[in-house]
Amino acid sequence: MVVYNFYLFDRVGTCLYYAEWCRRKKAGMANVEEYKLMYGMLFSIKSFITRISPVDLKDGFLCYSTSKYKLHFYETASGLKFVLNTDSGVPGNLRDTLHQIYSQIYVEHIVKNPMCSLGDPISSELFKSKLDEFVRALPVFSAKTS
Amino acid sequence: MTLFAVYVVNRAGGLIYQYDNNLPRTDVEKTFSYPLELVLKPQDNKIGVVFGQRDGIKVGHVVQAVNGVPVNGTLLEDGQEVLDIVSNEANYPIAIKFGRPKLRTNEKIMLASMFHSLFVIGSQLSPEPQSSGIEVLETDAFKLHCFQTLTGIKFMVLADPKAPAVDAFLKKVHEIYADFALKNPFYSIDMPIRCELFDTNIQACLEQAEKTGITNV
Repeated sequence: MVVYNFYLFDRVGTCLYYAEWCRRKKAGMANVEEYKLMYGMLFSIKSFITRISPVDLKDGFLCYSTSKYKLHFYETASGLKFVLNTDSGVPGNLRDTLHQIYSQIYVEHIVKNPMCSLGDPISSELFKSKLDEFVRALPVFSAKTS
Repeated sequence: MTLFAVYVVNRAGGLIYQYDNNLPRTDVEKTFSYPLELVLKPQDNKIGVVFGQRDGIKVGHVVQAVNGVPVNGTLLEDGQEVLDIVSNEANYPIAIKFGRPKLRTNEKIMLASMFHSLFVIGSQLSPEPQSSGIEVLETDAFKLHCFQTLTGIKFMVLADPKAPAVDAFLKKVHEIYADFALKNPFYSIDMPIRCELFDTNIQACLEQAEKTGITNV
């Protein structure tokens, strides 16, 4: 059970935060381009599922799996997108975990911080350490690194 | 435990086969009095709900029938404009049926190509080397399973989130493709599949999957 990386996007597509714990393959493109590609992919997936779905969707896109990893997605009502890549062995989806990251870490340490401007990438050390601590404490996180 | 639809996509991303099986209908018919609380606007040759979601009628739904008469695009069968009828107070109380718009063939072709690209991006953004593309896409209403063969053909199935063993079903579809499309001397590869035996067998396989729960392979 491995957690690979984490992305946080705001409603216009700015990547507010990126963290990795165990990434074995680099993207093959600059970081900025990778964030844009990730955001674009998520935007397209959301549009795709709305149209192809046979019934109306309540929560929308939850996660997707490939042979090697699973991408978990959670979007808040304000358009904030939380993305977590884990290995494919994780059952179900980690929406609740991502919701906890939102409510216990993002809201507490960024939204409530008057010095943090919400549209800008996060530079708060407190957020970084709290997020890192939280993810390392997850049952799905393994200390195994490459 | 239903499989809603089967899509087969060729190597270039074009849709070559599509079959809808038991798509659940989400139509809601209600009687309204003047003035209509929903805001209707023409969208893409249909009349869609833009505002005023209530009672099962959601934003995005389109007008399917007025007083029992089916709607064709923005007009009723006798040629009257739906928006004119709805804005005329003399026609009330009026019974209007709303539902999710049915996908037309062009839209399905577009969605298949869209998924073809998303499949590849999923593999590009992988944090692990040698990842395949998106194999299962989950939402709360359906799960999309995709099986890509070694030759690049993708078989996709839209299924209920709880449907078991869809991978076995996809392998069976691949087998049917090899037997009734590829071995057909009149079929050219990567072209839309118009083979009767392929259709019959896919439908039989879907029926069997529903009856016996896909343990037949």
